Amino acid sequence: MFDQLSDRLQATLSDIRSRGKLSEADVDAAMREIRLALLEADVNFKVVKAFTKALKERCLGSEVLESLNPGQQVVKIVDEELTALMGGTGRDLAFAPSGPTVILMAGLQGSGKTTACAKLARHLGESGKDVALAACDVYRPASVEQLVTVGGRAGAHVYEQGTDRDPVEIAAWALDRAREDERDVLIVDTAGRLHVDEDLMAELARIRKRTNPHDVLLVVDAMTGQDAVGVAEAFAEATEFDGVVMTKLDGDARGGAALSVKAVTGKPILFASTGETLEAFDRFHPDRMASRILGMGDVLSLIEKAEKEVDEQQALDLQEKLKRDRFTLEDFLQQMRQVRKLGPLSGLIGMLPGMGAMKQLKGVDVDEGELDRVEAIILSMTPAERANPTIINGSRRKRIAAGSGTRVQHVNQLVKQFDQMRKLMRHMVSGKAPDPQQLAQMMGGAPRPKVRRR
Amino acid sequence: MATSWREIFDLGERQPPPPPAESEEGRRGVFRRLRESLSKSRRALAEELSASLFDRIDDETWERLEEALILADAGVPTTAAVVERLEGEVEARTVGADGEAVRERLIEILAELASTGRAPIDLSGEPAVLLMVGVNGTGKTTTIGKIAWHLRNEFGLSVVLAAADTYRAAATEQLAEWAERAGAELVRSAPGGDPGAVAFDAIAAARARGADVVVVDTAGRLHTQGNLMDELAKVRRVIAKQIPEAPHETLISIDATTGQNGLRQAQLFAEAVAVDGVVLTKLDGTAKGGIVLAIANELGIPVKLIGTGESLEDLRPFDPADFARALLAE
Repeated sequence: MFDQLSDRLQATLSDIRSRGKLSEADVDAAMREIRLALLEADVNFKVVKAFTKALKERCLGSEVLESLNPGQQVVKIVDEELTALMGGTGRDLAFAPSGPTVILMAGLQGSGKTTACAKLARHLGESGKDVALAACDVYRPASVEQLVTVGGRAGAHVYEQGTDRDPVEIAAWALDRAREDERDVLIVDTAGRLHVDEDLMAELARIRKRTNPHDVLLVVDAMTGQDAVGVAEAFAEATEFDGVVMTKLDGDARGGAALSVKAVTGKPILFASTGETLEAFDRFHPDRMASRILGMGDVLSLIEKAEKEVDEQQALDLQEKLKRDRFTLEDFLQQMRQVRKLGPLSGLIGMLPGMGAMKQLKGVDVDEGELDRVEAIILSMTPAERANPTIINGSRRKRIAAGSGTRVQHVNQLVKQFDQMRKLMRHMVSGKAPDPQQLAQMMGGAPRPKVRRR
Repeated sequence: MATSWREIFDLGERQPPPPPAESEEGRRGVFRRLRESLSKSRRALAEELSASLFDRIDDETWERLEEALILADAGVPTTAAVVERLEGEVEARTVGADGEAVRERLIEILAELASTGRAPIDLSGEPAVLLMVGVNGTGKTTTIGKIAWHLRNEFGLSVVLAAADTYRAAATEQLAEWAERAGAELVRSAPGGDPGAVAFDAIAAARARGADVVVVDTAGRLHTQGNLMDELAKVRRVIAKQIPEAPHETLISIDATTGQNGLRQAQLFAEAVAVDGVVLTKLDGTAKGGIVLAIANELGIPVKLIGTGESLEDLRPFDPADFARALLAE
């Protein structure tokens, strides 16, 4: 997500890290690079100016330049300052002690409010809350239908009164209903509005007043440019929002807008939306994100994901098999299914420390369709074949290809690649570092990893 | 003279009706509207570029000009190119060193940049097929409604809309509403249907009925989603099965608030479906839309239309000189 920013920072920092001694000119040069990197990431010009100024002052401090390893110190300072810029350790939603917790969602048109409402509803529903949605966008054609559909998919009840009533009245009515129905949370979806549209901003302020929300969240598109700051300031003035939901972070947007919003308004980023599906929505962790930008990996998030999805016993069994070199195609199938539960593979790669910098994995786009094919091929094998692929002769190959709707070449490739993978795993188990080329192939999924480079 | 609808659409053999008698007042009204809608971007830049900026030409002038263009989302490379060029010309004395001359030259340079690759929207086909693509939330469906309305009102053309966004909940209903407002026909499928099939059917319907233009709406997608970009390329291929030269025009909608990512959007969509032009939407906020300068400069894809509001009339042909002037002029 913050790929290009992180590329540039990593290049600059690895250069400075490698130096034993730093002059003021070295620091100046690094600051210039950091300034450019941040500007290209759409961080607001004024924020960049203030950020690099503070950074430079700290870097030129005597304890840095005179330390044993000034380069490392600079890296640490950049990490700390970036984390601080994004909002420290993050915070939770404010929940009401009793009665429904009201969350008001606001933002520009097209920032992704309606989708974010449904995703938040699902997210809260997962922790056992009874969530309802209020459809208060009466302006955009078919927006009520959209909320009813996605809200339903998220397992939330949707309170709607069509488009003929005043949105302020709908919001108040929905809150009454939420109280009657004893919902835990009411999320109020509002129409997208321009921050310069005084009437609509006043309407938003009225909705706020009538529903007295516990949290007002501003939805910000990660692709927004320099204007994000102006937008956030205008919303802050009209409705005093409490936090930010950053959307469309699954693209290659560098998300500088979000950093700027935090820096200028002081409001933290609470959630990040990272994909098309309703599940692609997570708490935002500024500290982890800063590490990620600097290429230190987001291992914490990966571990949390894995803990949620991976069966511990299975993992232990697998480890044992790997040690004894008894890894079969059947295990491979199980393992592939488990890993896929963690989400798209391309998303996982970025979470691994050092992987971001690995050239072979740069811009790798794992084709999930290929993985489906691998599954089909393995499922067309007999248990004996899965346990011992060496018995797969010509006629077996033909049968497997026909059974899986693939071609003999695909079966050949899978068998060959599986063999390579076993060799690679023997290496890994024996403690040797993996060959990146081989690793990239494995990530691509056998056979014929269709790897798209960008 | 601003770009007119007649200049921005190439209608081929079709004889459009004589232009509706637009009074001088009406035309001025149109310009005023455009100026007003651009006035926010202008005001923002004008604050940075207050007349005094060019009073004395020195290092600070260039620094502040750089700052202003960056704040307008023009991006670092494009900003550097513009400022270097202007600075070079002033140093070489091909431009007078007085503030007014430098300012006029700056407007020229920006307009020239914004005109890169400029060509009318090709609607000469019978029927002509216009494919609309872009990232989620950039205003594709709204833009299509406005285009359909203008084609009917300005040129009396019959328009068929293809609801090929079968993915987003209620997208078809949204387009249906616009079709009704614009007086266009709608071809749709069940939710989750095949977008290529909808486009194919819409073109077949347009041919059978002798309609003039088919506008194909597609689902918003992030340019990084390989499978969805492949799907888009497939929609394009399916369209070409009906009419080999189609789509005659492919437009990408770019939100004026978009930052440097807009460049990647334009680039990757262009790789997938050969984009002919940009519709710059939501220019009625404070966003400056400077990313289109970067898109024109680095990719050679011109802006053709601008969206300035939510009503049907709020769509205008893009005029590079007006845009540049509006960015800088008082």
